[in-house]
Amino acid sequence: MTSKENSPQRTISLPALVREKISQYSWQELVIENLIRLAGVSAILIIALIFFFLLREGSAAFLDVPLRQLFGGRWYPIEELYGFWPLIVGSFLVTVGAVVISVPLGLLTAVYLGEIAPSWQREILKPLIEVLAGIPSIVLGFLGWVVLAPLIQRLGAPTGLTAFTGSLILAYMALPTIISITEDALYAVPKEYRDGSLALGATQWQTIWRVVLPAARSGIVVAIMLGIGRAIGETMAVLMVTGNAAHVPELGLGAFFQPVRTMTATIAAEMGEVASGSLHYSVLFGIGIVLFLITFGINSLASRLVGGNGRRRRRGQL
Amino acid sequence: MKRQQTQKMAVALITAVAAIVIIPIFLVIAFIVLRGLSALSWEFLTQPPQDGMTEGGIAPALLGTVYLTLGTAIAAMPIGIGAAIYLAEYASENRLTRIIRLAIVNLAGIPSIVYGLFGLGAFVLFLNYGTSILAGSLTLGLMTLPVVISTAEEAISTVPQEFRVVSLSLGATRWQTIRHQVLPHAVPGIITGVILGLGRAAGETAPILFTVAAFYLPNLPKSIFDQTMALPYHLFVISTQVPGMPLSVQYGTALVLLLLVLSLTLIATIIRTSVRRRRQW
Repeated sequence: MTSKENSPQRTISLPALVREKISQYSWQELVIENLIRLAGVSAILIIALIFFFLLREGSAAFLDVPLRQLFGGRWYPIEELYGFWPLIVGSFLVTVGAVVISVPLGLLTAVYLGEIAPSWQREILKPLIEVLAGIPSIVLGFLGWVVLAPLIQRLGAPTGLTAFTGSLILAYMALPTIISITEDALYAVPKEYRDGSLALGATQWQTIWRVVLPAARSGIVVAIMLGIGRAIGETMAVLMVTGNAAHVPELGLGAFFQPVRTMTATIAAEMGEVASGSLHYSVLFGIGIVLFLITFGINSLASRLVGGNGRRRRRGQL
Repeated sequence: MKRQQTQKMAVALITAVAAIVIIPIFLVIAFIVLRGLSALSWEFLTQPPQDGMTEGGIAPALLGTVYLTLGTAIAAMPIGIGAAIYLAEYASENRLTRIIRLAIVNLAGIPSIVYGLFGLGAFVLFLNYGTSILAGSLTLGLMTLPVVISTAEEAISTVPQEFRVVSLSLGATRWQTIRHQVLPHAVPGIITGVILGLGRAAGETAPILFTVAAFYLPNLPKSIFDQTMALPYHLFVISTQVPGMPLSVQYGTALVLLLLVLSLTLIATIIRTSVRRRRQW
């Protein structure tokens, strides 16, 4: 009975308290919510700023160096010859090598993790692959430099510091990306597809090869593209193991076993020695612009292929 | 039964490939641990390099990396968590949100050396911070942002919708709901994301090459406007730029860097799994 008597008092005091709270919060809230909105669009601002500053420092490269020279085959900064071609070829060779090695390895490992491995193995192997993703590139580059390169030289190459050495290291660096995205794609294939296929008498392998992989193909394409993006942008490991020779190797398979120099390695190796504002400085930023545009293209295309579906699906699960 | 044979062969092949991928991970870690362990000592961690870096320890580089990692956290957390709150709680599925997501994907894809160029152009030269801890931390912070945003957003979205509905129905405002009902439950997930991002930042070399890293400094940095040595760059220097460097010191440095980075990853993983286990919804 006492509680009933008390209740009118409460209904009077509560709204007052709430009103006080609200007025106290309203301006704070306005500030905070606007800050959050600002943080929300920050990613767009940052991308724009990065591109702006690359252009600001690097556009001179495209204006002051004759285009024929810029895309020519000679990179001799000492003689003021800035041809991107050897660097582009270097990046291309190393990346292609890395993709050829890492894509089959990555896809099959993802299939193993997603379709074949018992769950206790999955519990161990998945964190292990995260560990691989976590190993700093400089550590892998160091191992490539002191262990892998001498090994390759002993196999008969004139030097161990080749495009192929870089590709091997890059392949392992791209693997975690390829594996985890492929695995997501496999996971997104409805279980009914597999059940239906198995019920029709197909073997597990036939199901994987004919049903699961085709159903997951857009995700797999994205995995490969992001793997390429990862490989193209890698710097330190490549700087250490590819031999740093800025020349266009003779075409053919032998090209992989010659020293090359990538776009990224060139920036890292030479930026420390140039005067800011010089033409050489601008040209190095110009390489940065090329790298930015390549990775921007790859990532935009990849996220278009995913089409927001991945996100929405993940959200839908929650 | 040809297809049964194909099945067996395919499974064998796939298993073999998985082994080819996974065994080298063990080998890499085991190799560095075995070779580096002999160099490891208390002096190695607490003494500066001596005799043209061939003797002594790695203390200034180690400390520099700790500073940079803290600076990265300070730079990346406010924007990263703010953006995550925006995406999880405020953004509707419209054009702007799609552009934001596209921008985040692209931020994650920009090569680290390009971040280094940006840091040089924007922080070192334009804002005139010079080659400094401040410029390096800001550069690394921006690079870490995508990891922080996406993991924090995931953590916030995992808080059940009912929590928000109940809070709002009791008269709380949107921000009160986020602040008192949503974020407390998302904190462990957010911390996981931040630590994961820091683990990556701590091991990066390319972004700090032109923004902060010093080849060799006899003194420790005194303010955020000073240069500092950093562990990843130190490893690069002693393995490629200094002739006659004892291998054990190189392996020792690689081991310390690896342990530092992997322990951050490990801490993040432990927080994540323990929280998942304790979650009550």
